[in-house]
Amino acid sequence: MEYFIQQLINGLTLGSIYGLIAIGYTMVYGIIGMINFAHGDVFMIGSFIALTAFLLLTSLFGPAFLPVVLVLVLIITMLFCVAWGWSIEKIAYRPLRGSFRLAPLITAIGISIVLQNFVQISQGARVKPLPPQIQGGVTLMEGATGVVQLSWMHMIIIATTVVLMTGFSLLISRTSLGRAQRACEQDRKMAALLGIDVDRTISLTFVMGAALAAVAGFMFLLRYGVIDFYIGFLAGIKAFTAAVLGGIGSLPGAMLGGLLIGLIETFWSGYFPIEYKDVATFSILVVLLIFLPSGLLGKPEVEKV
Amino acid sequence: MTTPLNSPAQRWLDTPLLSVEHLTMRFGGIVAVDDLSFQVGRGDITALIGPNGAGKTTVFNCLTGFYKPSEGRIVMRHGPGPHDAALAAAHSGGLRHSKDGDSGVFLLERMPDFEIPRQAGVARTFQNIRLFGGMTVLENLLVAQHNGLMVASGYTLGGILGLPGYRRAEKKAIDRAVYWLEQTALLDRADDPAGDLSYGAQRRLEIARAMCTGPKLLCLDEPAAGLNPRESAELNRLIRTIRDEHGTSVLLIEHDMGVVMEISDHVVVLDYGVKIADGSAETVRNDPKVIAAYLGVEDEAEAEDIVEGVAS
Repeated sequence: MEYFIQQLINGLTLGSIYGLIAIGYTMVYGIIGMINFAHGDVFMIGSFIALTAFLLLTSLFGPAFLPVVLVLVLIITMLFCVAWGWSIEKIAYRPLRGSFRLAPLITAIGISIVLQNFVQISQGARVKPLPPQIQGGVTLMEGATGVVQLSWMHMIIIATTVVLMTGFSLLISRTSLGRAQRACEQDRKMAALLGIDVDRTISLTFVMGAALAAVAGFMFLLRYGVIDFYIGFLAGIKAFTAAVLGGIGSLPGAMLGGLLIGLIETFWSGYFPIEYKDVATFSILVVLLIFLPSGLLGKPEVEKV
Repeated sequence: MTTPLNSPAQRWLDTPLLSVEHLTMRFGGIVAVDDLSFQVGRGDITALIGPNGAGKTTVFNCLTGFYKPSEGRIVMRHGPGPHDAALAAAHSGGLRHSKDGDSGVFLLERMPDFEIPRQAGVARTFQNIRLFGGMTVLENLLVAQHNGLMVASGYTLGGILGLPGYRRAEKKAIDRAVYWLEQTALLDRADDPAGDLSYGAQRRLEIARAMCTGPKLLCLDEPAAGLNPRESAELNRLIRTIRDEHGTSVLLIEHDMGVVMEISDHVVVLDYGVKIADGSAETVRNDPKVIAAYLGVEDEAEAEDIVEGVAS
């Protein structure tokens, strides 16, 4: 029982990170109907920027100011990732808007490869470790079979995710920008005819996705402590999967999908051979999508005749 | 042209709000609009009519930035007067517009689509309705007021936090939306998805949404299409309210001659992309070329015979 609850907590934490990345996929898909294949690499870049900034700042301030340093690192990471997200849209998507649909897909994959190789060359191919910075936590249960630990790190990740999700839901449902995004999703031309700067709205969508990926990269670094140039690929694929599972285009769906994938992965690793965790995750996904082709919270496409 | 000398005030000549000058639009080898010039008077209801395929919607698409015209110039003027000096300066200076307080000139063919409603104050509706079907009726009207709200929300942050400045701005936007919902008799449907409205109600909502952008010129593409006589009469009243109480000039494409003749101050007739008549409803109605175009008569002489036949 204790083991089960512990896995549940671990799964929710991992799922939160996937969920945050998945929101970036789902928002961009919502507004331009295309997958931003470089999004996973923004997450990877985020974790590298976080590592660099962290090492720089701790060498400047010393370990005494850890909370301040972490907040600064998060801000720096977000700023850089936002710049990346904005540039990716500007370079790989905007010039190709209106061309055939596969073209921006290819440029995005190109950017993804460029980012991976750039980090591989500039930072080296070996994994970069960061010793755990935030340790300790509270013990929730102690039983015969084990202990249930809720570490500070778990709490930070889950709390940050909840806050960000709430903020973004409010943004989409309540603010004028959110309304403009939804309008662009439905009919970009019409939105422009009502005075909405569609290009800017699309840019802001990429920027928001990148900011969330930055937070995910930052938290991934702190939680797991090992990063390399390739983490963006697998995390990206899983987050993309999460977005599809939840129903692409749906914000709560992305979060739900992320949590589900995190949970499936963690529970499989906890009870079954860990080498097969990705096989299991994706197999379950395939089965789910056969029965729910538009995802858990997605709206089915109704073709009007 | 065919305008008699003794016609009443010709606002389209004296105080033009919009001037279309030598507009040509080609698609490959097809000339959809050929060297078209006409003016829309300030405070007028102007009808753009013509048989199917005459190029009316193409003109609208050029006006609203959907198409970049192959040739020609489209000028919006804010504030009284022809603004000739400002226009000449903007034109030769390669500017998109030149503003001075409330007055200004706008060269629509140079402006990106989203600036035309925002800066030049031109809004439009579509022949095939283009509402945001998944959003509520009220949200459709709030989207049209995006720019003001975006500034008021401090570019969104204030909106998430619900700061008082944004709340006030949103309250004002909702008041404006509610006003137009009352005018279009849609108030009780405010929270329904726009896609659930009946056809006639969707048409009215499109007009309400266009008016929420605060336009100086409202372009309506076949607003009466598919409406029953009662709805059609309501539409006429709505268009008059828009002109009389809001000082918004109206340019409409319409096939329903009852609507056109009843409400238009000025009628421009197109056929095969060329202007064939331009004047008050009365003059245009009796123009043999117009009758020929509508009845599909090849020969002008034959058309004149028909006119005489009608007259006698």
